[in-house]
Amino acid sequence: MLDYDEVTFDLEYSIKEGGDDWLLKDLFRSKPKYVTIRHHQDATKMEQPEKTKKELPDGLWAKCDECNQIIYHKDLEKNLKVCPKCGFHFRISAWERIKFLVDTDSFKELFPNVCSSDPLNFPEYKEKIAKSRETTGLKEGVLTGTAKIEGIYLALGVMDFGFIGGSMGSAVGEKLVRLFEYATEHEIPVVTFATAGGARMQEGILSLMQMAATCQALNRLAEKSIIYISILTDPTTGGVFASFASQGDIIIAEPGALIGFAGARVIQQTTRQTLPPGFQRSEFLLERGIIDMIVNRKEIRSTLARLLRFHQRRNRVV
Amino acid sequence: MGNGSNYNLDFEKPLQELEKRIEEIKTFAEEKRIDMSEEITRIEAKAVTLKKEIYNNLTPWQKIQIARHPKRPTLLEYIDLIFDGFIELHGDRLFKDDPALVGGLAYFNEIPVTILGHQKGRDTKENIYRNFGMPHPEGYRKAIRLMKQAEKFKRPVISFVDVAGAYPGKEAEERGQGEAVARSIMEMAKLRVPIIVVITGEGGSGGALAIGVGDRVLMLEYAYYSVISPEGCASILWKNASDASKAAETLRLTARDLLDFGVIEEVIPEPLGGAHRDLEATAKAIKEAIQNSFAKLLKLNTEELLRMRYKKFREVGRYIEE
Ligand SMILES: [Zn+2]
Repeated sequence: MLDYDEVTFDLEYSIKEGGDDWLLKDLFRSKPKYVTIRHHQDATKMEQPEKTKKELPDGLWAKCDECNQIIYHKDLEKNLKVCPKCGFHFRISAWERIKFLVDTDSFKELFPNVCSSDPLNFPEYKEKIAKSRETTGLKEGVLTGTAKIEGIYLALGVMDFGFIGGSMGSAVGEKLVRLFEYATEHEIPVVTFATAGGARMQEGILSLMQMAATCQALNRLAEKSIIYISILTDPTTGGVFASFASQGDIIIAEPGALIGFAGARVIQQTTRQTLPPGFQRSEFLLERGIIDMIVNRKEIRSTLARLLRFHQRRNRVV
Repeated sequence: MGNGSNYNLDFEKPLQELEKRIEEIKTFAEEKRIDMSEEITRIEAKAVTLKKEIYNNLTPWQKIQIARHPKRPTLLEYIDLIFDGFIELHGDRLFKDDPALVGGLAYFNEIPVTILGHQKGRDTKENIYRNFGMPHPEGYRKAIRLMKQAEKFKRPVISFVDVAGAYPGKEAEERGQGEAVARSIMEMAKLRVPIIVVITGEGGSGGALAIGVGDRVLMLEYAYYSVISPEGCASILWKNASDASKAAETLRLTARDLLDFGVIEEVIPEPLGGAHRDLEATAKAIKEAIQNSFAKLLKLNTEELLRMRYKKFREVGRYIEE
């Protein structure tokens, strides 16, 4: 399970795109959203079976940063990590996303061995990777594979914000490109869940090139008239938004997600403009015509199923 | 004398002092009507040696200072010297014309081509009009329109990159800056005509890549191309933007580095002292490099071209399989 305190502490750096710096601090708004409250009297209950332990953070209660509601973890989990009181969408890990989304046991991971190298010999990069691996249990910032949603077979890519801010380096780019190529070859629809600060600074120009690599792979998918649905979750910014994530045939966002190209801090520093409340949130993007719809986490599975079914080949008349 | 005299490159200080002394001696000799030509020749030779010494040992950060020099030639100056009969075309047909991104038609050695590029201003007034060469979404959408027009009429595209970054502003976000950048990358990747990219100054991240996807990417010697500005990187790494010089080394963003990584195909040498000291020589070097690229690209049919373009961006990343 992801420890957001840890992540915030570890990732106090910005990911920058297009001359813009994304401070992860900004992405975390004021405070980490996921505050765990230790319950001393329940210390014995902390010794939970291995499986439960992985799924739940330490402590039995979580506090919603939006409405301050104290929520019992099991209830939060049951509600797909959406606050039952105010509807605030907590950030979730890639594995949680997959668990909430796909038909039971249908996810088959592809390309699990593609990992980051350190081509620039960048200060503290190896340590950051090691730490992210430890906190997320992932080898890289994206999980790729095939799965079924209501019986419909698809290629699925899910990013994890806990892995160096979900940033896209060579390995994340390579896994996504392979996924798109796999889907092109097998003629299956593609769904991605983006959550990222942007391109990964630690791999310099090679990270930037992944924007082109992923986009061009989507072109090949399009040539075969295969649907690509992009789901933007909190936060999706910088070079990830400015590449594959904004190029879905259909673009869906979770409510309240921060989505944009440049960071608010950079915009304010550069332009001295005051930014309206709700700037760069899903609702703002819908109004500006940048996304197709906002869908609550609970309805994403059924929405995807409807859209995928709609695009099945046997439905075509031309 | 260099023409950027009000923008001081620190590392040129010894050179500037020497040049100043030459001027002084010349003035003195003229006033006093003394022949000091021998002395002048001697110091001038020393200045040339010093200049070579300085420019052969530039650090990445010094190169960036040259790339950002306010007198660094801009696209419109290059167009005059490299192409014939330029006709500028305006607008994205959706919102407005973006002066930060210039496009149009011209002949390159009698070949009709479409030209695109970032356009910085040459003084403060022009820079305000050009938004310091940082496009809004409409700039990239104009680029897309002109690229597709080039494809329709089967002429090559030559794209010039010189940008600190796509503009980070409220309106830019409202109009979908991220989408515009991504869409431009998508369109360039599949454009069915040859594309030559020339990075002439700053290659600022996504704002540069948006018009930087090509069959051959050429880069001036002192230009740089990076995922993040060295200042931004330094403020993250060392919480101090003044460590930018260290960050510039770390990021491997010089033309030489990018050639090693396979991100670009060719480094175009600049005149001694940088492009701003000799516009014509720089333009000539760019023209030759474009010509050589054409010779290579025009031999390929469209399918080969697209296959190679795909392969290049497909394989540039460096990862391991464990
Ligand atoms: Zn709440």
